[in-house]
Amino acid sequence: MAERSFAREVQDLELGEGQEFRGEGILALTKALLQSGVAYVGGYQGSPISHLMDVLSDAQDLLGKLGVQFSASASEAAAAASLSASMMYPIRGAVTFKSTVGTNVASDALANLASSGVVGGALIILGEDYGEGSSIMQERSHAFAMKSQMWLLDPRPDLPSIVKAVEDGFELSEASNTPVMLEVRVRSCHVHGSFIAKDNKRPAFTLQQALDNPVRDVNRIVLPPASYIQEKEKIEKRWPAAVEFIKSRKLNEFFDGDLTDVGIAVQGGMYNGVIRALQRLGLADVWGETRIPLYVMNVAYPLIDDELTQFCVGKRGVLIVEEGQPEYIEQAVNTILRRRDIPTRIYGKDVLPMAGEYTADVMLKGVRDFLSAALPSALSDASRAPNVPAIADDPRVKALTGVVPPRPPGFCVGCPERPIFAAVKLVEKELGQHHIAADIGCHLFSILPPFNIGASTMGYGLGPASAAAFNVPSSKKSISFIGDGGFWHNGLTTSIGNAVYNKHDGVIVVVDNYYASATGGQDILSSRADNATRSTQHPITKAVEGIGATWVRQVDRTYDVGKMRDTLKEALTDRSPGPKVIVASSECMLNKQRREKPLFNKAVKDGQRMVRERYGVDEDVCTGDHACIRLSGCPSLTIKHSDDPLKDDPVAAVDNGCVGCGNCGEVAEAAVLCPSFYRAEIIHNPTGFDRLMARLRGAVIGFLQRRRARHALALS
Amino acid sequence: MNAAPATTALDTTKPLAIAVLAMGGQGGGVLVDWIVSLCEAHGWAAQSTSVPGVAQRTGATIYYIEALPLPPNAPPGLKPVLSLMAVPGEVDIVIGAEFMEAGRAIQRGLVTPDRTTLIASSHRAYAVVEKQTPGDGIGDAATMLKAAEATAKKLVAFDMAAVGDKTGSAISAVLFGALAGADALPFAREAYEATIRAAGVGVEPSLRGFAAGYERAKAGPPLEITPPPKKTVAAPNAPQGDYAKLIARAQTEFPAETQAMLAAGLQRVVDFQDVAYGGEYLDLVKGILALDRVDRGHALTAAATKYIAVAMAYDDVYRVADLKTRASRFERVRKEVGVAPDQLVYTTEFMHPRMDEVAGSLPKALGHFIEVRPGLFKALDKFVNRGRRVRTGTIRWFLMLYILGGLKRFRRGTLRHANEVVHRDAWLARVRDAAAKDYDLAVELLNNRRLVKGYSDTHTRGLSKFDRVMTAANKLEGRPDAAEWVRRLREAALKDEEGVALDGALKTVDSFLH
Repeated sequence: MAERSFAREVQDLELGEGQEFRGEGILALTKALLQSGVAYVGGYQGSPISHLMDVLSDAQDLLGKLGVQFSASASEAAAAASLSASMMYPIRGAVTFKSTVGTNVASDALANLASSGVVGGALIILGEDYGEGSSIMQERSHAFAMKSQMWLLDPRPDLPSIVKAVEDGFELSEASNTPVMLEVRVRSCHVHGSFIAKDNKRPAFTLQQALDNPVRDVNRIVLPPASYIQEKEKIEKRWPAAVEFIKSRKLNEFFDGDLTDVGIAVQGGMYNGVIRALQRLGLADVWGETRIPLYVMNVAYPLIDDELTQFCVGKRGVLIVEEGQPEYIEQAVNTILRRRDIPTRIYGKDVLPMAGEYTADVMLKGVRDFLSAALPSALSDASRAPNVPAIADDPRVKALTGVVPPRPPGFCVGCPERPIFAAVKLVEKELGQHHIAADIGCHLFSILPPFNIGASTMGYGLGPASAAAFNVPSSKKSISFIGDGGFWHNGLTTSIGNAVYNKHDGVIVVVDNYYASATGGQDILSSRADNATRSTQHPITKAVEGIGATWVRQVDRTYDVGKMRDTLKEALTDRSPGPKVIVASSECMLNKQRREKPLFNKAVKDGQRMVRERYGVDEDVCTGDHACIRLSGCPSLTIKHSDDPLKDDPVAAVDNGCVGCGNCGEVAEAAVLCPSFYRAEIIHNPTGFDRLMARLRGAVIGFLQRRRARHALALS
Repeated sequence: MNAAPATTALDTTKPLAIAVLAMGGQGGGVLVDWIVSLCEAHGWAAQSTSVPGVAQRTGATIYYIEALPLPPNAPPGLKPVLSLMAVPGEVDIVIGAEFMEAGRAIQRGLVTPDRTTLIASSHRAYAVVEKQTPGDGIGDAATMLKAAEATAKKLVAFDMAAVGDKTGSAISAVLFGALAGADALPFAREAYEATIRAAGVGVEPSLRGFAAGYERAKAGPPLEITPPPKKTVAAPNAPQGDYAKLIARAQTEFPAETQAMLAAGLQRVVDFQDVAYGGEYLDLVKGILALDRVDRGHALTAAATKYIAVAMAYDDVYRVADLKTRASRFERVRKEVGVAPDQLVYTTEFMHPRMDEVAGSLPKALGHFIEVRPGLFKALDKFVNRGRRVRTGTIRWFLMLYILGGLKRFRRGTLRHANEVVHRDAWLARVRDAAAKDYDLAVELLNNRRLVKGYSDTHTRGLSKFDRVMTAANKLEGRPDAAEWVRRLREAALKDEEGVALDGALKTVDSFLH
């Protein structure tokens, strides 16, 4: 169960011919798949394409009606491998994942698929996570298309273009017997817009038909000599077929302009940015009218030599707008023009930066520098030498440096992973600093303040594997982390099995919060909930023991910081060979609250006796040293200015966001911080007995309090 | 055919650009949806996008909207080409759902004096780096306000979180109201309200929050940043017996500039122990006053009134037990956690006494006897040193804390008290010694007491930082900039837990002392 329900969005998937679909880009993509008669969809969740997976997961009824099979794949590799259904059968299939991280994982299957070729349309939808808001290393997916000879679509970032790219992609795939990748950037995935829907289509050829009539062809299998033939076929048959299809169907777009001495060839996804830059230079308008001719490559790979020649010929200069490095398109265009002896000067990474996102100002500067060099007369004086004082240079703005704090994402209120890292901090205070290998997942927030734990991250499920070299006798063991998501993605073998087999004497902490949480709280094999369509409740400890680990400890309540600390200490000081595996389990609080809060509220409303816990700080006991915050980092554990004239520094305070997880109190207790924390148990709908006891206690306590107050001085 | 610019009839219309900076969980998405619907309801074309990344986990998120009216004769299906990212210098409206997030927009160049209406909630949600500082790491709101006033064409800033709380709505509704009240969009108030109704989620509270935000934006006073208020301690109307004498003494024997803090200090130490302790306090402050200078506005005494009280009212077991059992504390908890009259509340305290605290609370001789015998100390610690959950609302536990709090009358005889007195006296002797030679240094030496705070390990660490700064002060004495350097060292000591900044500052001091 994902952290968000998509019940409403599922209704949009049922829109029919002529109706207007309104919503996010990623949901438009989902609808486009159903309109294209897709027979199966798989994928692995991750920003920015999680919603595609989540909405399909919530749309099982609709998918069943349409005859669409949907897998929540174990990894991107599993998703990509499933596309082999389109290899021998005329079945359309699509998979989706975050790129390039997912493409890296999937590339073995993708390379085999690309070699074999397909007969049914095979579409790989990539969430291109490059630039602001990205959570991964900065790379381009483009290279994968080139090395395996798959085609790469990069549509203009508006809903009709994105939807059309899906439909075109399937046809292109079938026309050229090649899998097709479709890249959508973060902002395109989250852009809200509309398009006119079509009816959903049932697959023309079903998976059942395929199973009933199996087909094989040894020439399609990647094994010599077929693999040599396939390599040639890619270039001799599939490529020309693709070029022909792209040309005849006009997948790339030409926009005319009157300044024909120059032109801009742009990846589809960069189109809006180019138009805005031209608009700022007075050379385009908001409706897309442009004075500079544009060639928009909605197909980023392969390039269409004839189209590029046609665009460039007779021009003094053409700018290639291509985000990221290296400049594959620019290099290719130069080759194309040289071979045909066309003297047009190609501009690109000489005026635009080689690396990094093409933000509005970067794009403006690049286009302006291009025109200054290639066609200075196109620029007005004002836009050629803009003389606007930058507001950033104002001393009052500069003064904000150091005042506006960075605000990276962090652990949520009540997150059960926080106490694990508090325990690590406490153990390190005792046993010294250790080499700690981190992994991918929410738990990676440990590298940020206040925990500052973790020295490396090498990829999903690879935390313990990345510590493998440290398998030497030493006074200190390595510690590595892995989340339950990464564990099932590949970590069980790559990390745990690897450590068991190599008798790695390190400590491995499996952070088990019942979901793949960082990607939106999707269920996984070890999720504790019943899931009607998936098989869950497979304990991690059983898997770990099954693969051969012998030193395995299960901590069932991570909030018990003392126990977490002692278990870690035991693991770090144990003398037996092989990995020490600690499975630290508590439910993701975001999901738990979503599940439990409505039930709690309903029970209270129904008059049942319910106890809600939350925490607080006695401000007159707190001395404002903030040690608790350095061991917690909970968003609801904050500070406030004290009105006590004798206190200089802000005191700790718990705000109303507190969900009563108890971490702050347990940390204060385990780390021997201070007695400021209290837990308040609030009894809703108290019973008669509760009231009686409260009256009794109140009477005695009140009597004692009044007695002391009488003896004390009236101080104010 | 390549003519000079502006021969082709390009439409010069620019879309209206709106950036929303919010934190995960603030309802930024709802606000953006409202704005888009509002524009579309008026025949505009609108596009929104966002870069959430993993920001749903409490990080900063930027939403970006562009919108413009479709021309009246627009062919069906006409769609503008809109940008997916904010263009610095070309944003008409910036909405900051938190004060420093608005500051972030200014830093990014999104707020410019020629066109930007800045709508900012002045409330703060402190970032981890602000919260974790051992001292006061809170970003200065006044600096932010100055930057906002310098960069915004029009500024609408007030505490929208508070307005949201008061009206029982989310901050997004108040922001939407402030947007309407700022008249930055050409739409009537009713249109905004119709948008909220049409969206159909939490309509009534949202309309309340909207209305309050609207009114406040229209009519409210400009935002002012004032230093956080401190309680003024007033003497009781009819003080009793010896306490009355003490108050009279404080009022007559000390200069006017020091009265406010002196009243607070006196109340604290008497509350901590008794009237006689208050007398000791006045004696100690008096000792400093004798060395003070009128021409310096009695700065030395002012510092002494505060920090001597802090030093005398140290945090021990008796103090905590006393504070936790007071009726006023029970009342405060009820208010803080928001308990309705028909609900019951019990508190559980998280306490972790160690043998150090227990030994400190024992009579001096006994405590010392244990302290000098590591074996015995360790054995007892094993028994004592564990977390204790104290249910203060039950009679048994309350009674225990109550009795413990009552034992404060024996405090003067405890080991801890003896240690505190020795430490305090050494500190004040050092101050008195410095006062004659370097007045400013003496003031700073008093202020250094700020470094001693917290319990157990934190307290030890604070003491060690205090000692290191005091030692450096000895070395610095005689230099004209001694006071300034001691102040810098103290500030460095408050920057981080481990004292990394302090180490660096001490190295600098050492470098010019040798």
